[in-house]
This record gives sequence, C-alpha cells and structure tokens, in this order.
Amino acid sequence: MSKARMSPLRSGFVHLALAAYTVIALFPVVLTIMNSLKDKNAIFRTPLALPTAETFSLIGYTTVLKQGDFIGYFQNSLIVTVVSIFFALLFGAMAAFALSEYRFRGNTLLGLYLAIGIMIPIRLGTVAILQGMVAAGLVNTLTALILVYTAQGLPLAIFILSEFMRTVSDDLKNAGRIDGLSEYAIFFRLVLPLVRPAMATVAVFTMIPIWNDLWFPLILAPGEATKTVTLGSQVFIGQFVTNWNAVLAALSLAIFPVLILYVIFSRQLIRGITAGAVK
Amino acid sequence: MGSLQLKSIRKAFGNHEVLKGIDLEVKDGEFVIFVGPSGCGKSTLLRVIAGLEDATSGSVQIDGQEVVTTPPAKRGIAMVFQSYALYPHLTVKDNMGLGLKQMGAPKAEVDAKVAKASAMLSLEPYLARRPAELSGGQRQRVAIGRAIVREPKLFLFDEPLSNLDAALRVNTRLEIARLHRSLKATMIYVTHDQVEAMTLADKIVVLNAGQIEQIGSPMELYNKPANTFVGGFIGSPQMNFIEAGRLGDTGAKTVGIRPEHITLSRESGDWKGKVIHVEHLGADTILYLETEVTGLLTVRLFGEHKYDVDDTVYASPDKAAMHRFGADDRVLR
Repeated sequence: MSKARMSPLRSGFVHLALAAYTVIALFPVVLTIMNSLKDKNAIFRTPLALPTAETFSLIGYTTVLKQGDFIGYFQNSLIVTVVSIFFALLFGAMAAFALSEYRFRGNTLLGLYLAIGIMIPIRLGTVAILQGMVAAGLVNTLTALILVYTAQGLPLAIFILSEFMRTVSDDLKNAGRIDGLSEYAIFFRLVLPLVRPAMATVAVFTMIPIWNDLWFPLILAPGEATKTVTLGSQVFIGQFVTNWNAVLAALSLAIFPVLILYVIFSRQLIRGITAGAVK
Repeated sequence: MGSLQLKSIRKAFGNHEVLKGIDLEVKDGEFVIFVGPSGCGKSTLLRVIAGLEDATSGSVQIDGQEVVTTPPAKRGIAMVFQSYALYPHLTVKDNMGLGLKQMGAPKAEVDAKVAKASAMLSLEPYLARRPAELSGGQRQRVAIGRAIVREPKLFLFDEPLSNLDAALRVNTRLEIARLHRSLKATMIYVTHDQVEAMTLADKIVVLNAGQIEQIGSPMELYNKPANTFVGGFIGSPQMNFIEAGRLGDTGAKTVGIRPEHITLSRESGDWKGKVIHVEHLGADTILYLETEVTGLLTVRLFGEHKYDVDDTVYASPDKAAMHRFGADDRVLR
C-alpha cells in the first residue's frame, strides 16, 4: 500500500510531538523502575540517575517478596480485575445489544440512564455500598470488589458497545433469524465476534482503574486474605517512615500483569481495525 | 407449494405510515418483482413477508397458512440480501448449511443439499473458503446458494444485484432467471432498477408511497400504464408528459408519449423544434428537443443518426401509442 508522501519537515514535526508525548508518558514509569533497583541513599541523592554498580540493589524486591503475601495479593488483584472485566463486558454487551437492536418504549431513556454512570463517580455511593455489603455479609470477600467493579465498568461498556453494535449490519442479523438462529445465538455467534475490537477497547478502559484502585479494597476488603496489590503496597508507606525501596519495587512488579493484559487486548484491537480496513 | 396472499397490510413507524393497505396475490411458481423509487416501502413489504418486521395490521398467508405470528425460520422462506449478509466466521459450506443444521437435519442430508446447490452455482472450488476470500459476485452466489439449500416455499430477494458492478449484474441476473426456470420456485424480488424488473419478472408490482400503483406483466405496464406514475417509472428514457391543452385535447389533463414512439424528420412533421442535446449510444440516438408546441421533448431513434445541436427538426408522434391521463393522473380508456 503506497501513501502520499509527506514533506520531511511536516513529518519531522509530527514525530517530534509524538516523541515528546512518549517521553512524558513513560517518564514516571521509567523513574519508578529505575529507582526500584537502587539503594535507599541513591534514591534520595540522585533520583534521576541510572543505577550504577555501587548503587544497584535488589533490597526493595527482597523486602516485598519476604514481607506479606505478595503472590497472594497479585492473585487477588488478577482475580478481581479479570472477573470484573468479564462480567462488565458480558452484561454490558447484552444491554448494548438490547438497546441497539430492539425498538421498545423508553429505549432512549434507558440508554441515557445507563450512561449517567459515566458522569457520576461510583465512590459517591461508598457508604451505601458498604452498608449493603455488610448486610449481605460480603465484607472482606473478593466478590464484594467484583460486584462493585462490574457496576463501575458497565456504563462505559454499554455506551461504547451500543454505538458499535449499531454498525453491525441488520441484514446479517436478519439472515441469522431466517436461518433459525435464536436471539442468543445471534448475539454470541454473529454480533460479539464483530464487535471484538470495541470489546478490547472497553476491556482496556475498564481494567486500568480497577487494577489501580485503592479506595474500594481499603473499605470493602482490607483483610489480609483479600488484599490487592495496590492495598498491599501501602504496608510500606507509614505515617512517619516510608520504605521507598519496597514501595517502588511493589509498584514496578504491579505494572507487569496489567501490561500483559494490555498487550493481549491491544492485539485484538489492532487485528480488528486492520480486518475491517482491508476487508 | 409456494403461493402468497397479502391482505390489507399496513405498517407504521410511529406516526409515519410506510405501507398503506397492500393487497396482493402471488401464485405458485411466479416471479414477482416489487419495484418503485427509494422509500416507497418495497423493502419493508418484503420484510413483513419474511417476518422480520411485524405489520401493524393485515394478514400474510403462505400456502394458505396464516403466518403473521410465525417466526421467520418457520415460514419456509429464504432471503438473499443486498449486502450478502454471509456469516464472516463460517466457510462457504457452513454458510450454506447453517439453516438446515439449525432445523436439525442429519449431516448427510445437509452435505448432499449443499453439494447440489454449489454444483448449480459452480461454487465447488470455494466451499472451504471464508466470505472474506471471495469476490463480490462469488459472495452473492453463495448467498443465493444459502437460499437454495433451504428449499423454501418462497425465495425473497432484497435488491440482490445493487452491490455488483454492471457486467456482473447482467451475469447474475441471467443466473437468477435460469434458477427460476430450473427450480420452478416462487420468487419475490425487490429492486429499484426497472431493467431488472422488466427482464426477470412474470409480474411486476409498482409501488409508490406505500401503495400499489399497478400490477401486471412487464409488457402490460409498458403498453398500458394505469397512471402517470407507472408511465414515467417504466421505460427508459422516461415517457414525455405534455399538457393536453397544448395539443388541443380538452378531455384529458396530460398526454404521455414514449421517446421511442416519436419519429423525426428534417422536412415536415407535427411539432417543429430545435435540437438542444444529442446522446449517441451506438444502438440508439437520444435527442432532446425544445419544440414550440410541447416544450422539452425526448426522442429515441434506433441506430445512428447525424443530428447536431441547434438543428431544426420536426417531430411526429405515433398517435396509436399516445396515452391520455385525466385530472386524477389515471389513464383514460
């Protein structure tokens, strides 16, 4: 595929802007990883320097792995994130299908109502959520977190997916109906595969706030058995003394699982885009 | 098997009435074409027959059975869509066999029917491919094959040729005509292209603004249009409409004459005029005249003719081929 050539000056500027953005976006991540590999004095004396032979130290990582059940925390974070994404996508896609496919009274109103969740933060309802969880006996369970995060992810999922589902050809769905596919089969076998790129987008947008969240784990599941990584790292941040080595090491470790999940989803995203364009 | 009766079908979206009482009878084995301008309700009518839309009121009977409450898959129909609507994740073979499989037919029977249909449409080399690996014409053949495999009582075609290029359209049109002859099945076909309608149909239903304007064989519509709409819609270039008063005809409101029913002469004739544009098509020459009596007039001459812009010519209509329309735009007989 040949493209119209851009003038070198213009493409130079574009690349400059992109490079600048990349540096800004990567800077905190690189800084965290860099400093997690230094000893405590070096972190404070030369925070921007690369670890050298003298300042290199894995003390942070050994502390993290020794203290507390970090593997368990990771497991909790992963379970909560993956299961929440799964339910948010499943129920979001189902609601989006109903909203985009069927004409019924109050369709637009219901769509708006579901989209309001994008604008109103779920944390406003924390007290009520906590009361509800206490009443249901779900405090200090991962289920509590999964329920809250699914609810938190739904509005955006419904909003984005219903827009995408409107673009799926009516003819295709009708062909399925004539061939005797049930509405469920049409949803799962025809529509879902076609909106996969949109699902990947939603998954990425849903995943990151869940993985990084401190608020709900702290309130709903602070017990040792249900701690997530973000909450687990807080052990090292004290009111008076903070073990920066350990905090930075924990944060560096916490980046990787989410990075892997992102790579998986973004692959889908790119594949979906090219599949549509090349046809 | 394969007759269809529609009785006073009405369909409204909100306050907007798309179908305003359609009555129609289709006999077994007939090839019926719904034709009309976009937005006339022809596709909606097809969808009502298929069961993809519910009619607001009225009755649909297939083979004498009321099917208004029957889901599409149980109506014994098959539909071919403009956008092909093939399942992108299935191979050609699975695309064609899915309907039967859903009905619970044994695998051997499905395979046999798919093999037969693909032989009919010479699709055998492509059976293992996915739709994305096929050209537009092949995709449409697969879509037709998918319909054949179901052995329906009624074939429904929704503008099946609109997405194909001109050469392919002619080929596929021939293929559909051949299929109709060999399957002897009842087919209902929607198009906005009057050439398709004229070439394929046993019976054409001309629709306009949600109502049937006329039903008849292609030649009936051409020779005896019931009103000015049908007169103008069927035939290309369009029929000339002339105010009857200008011709001294007080009994009618409009007089229609087809471009091919006018002869030209340089010496003498009924209407003197000037050539304002000429289109040389080889087989035909189409002239646009500005005449003193009739205003703008289109004339179609067969073969090549050497007329130029600004030539003065005399046009004479074939009196027997003139159509007179009354004040309500209906034909006067």
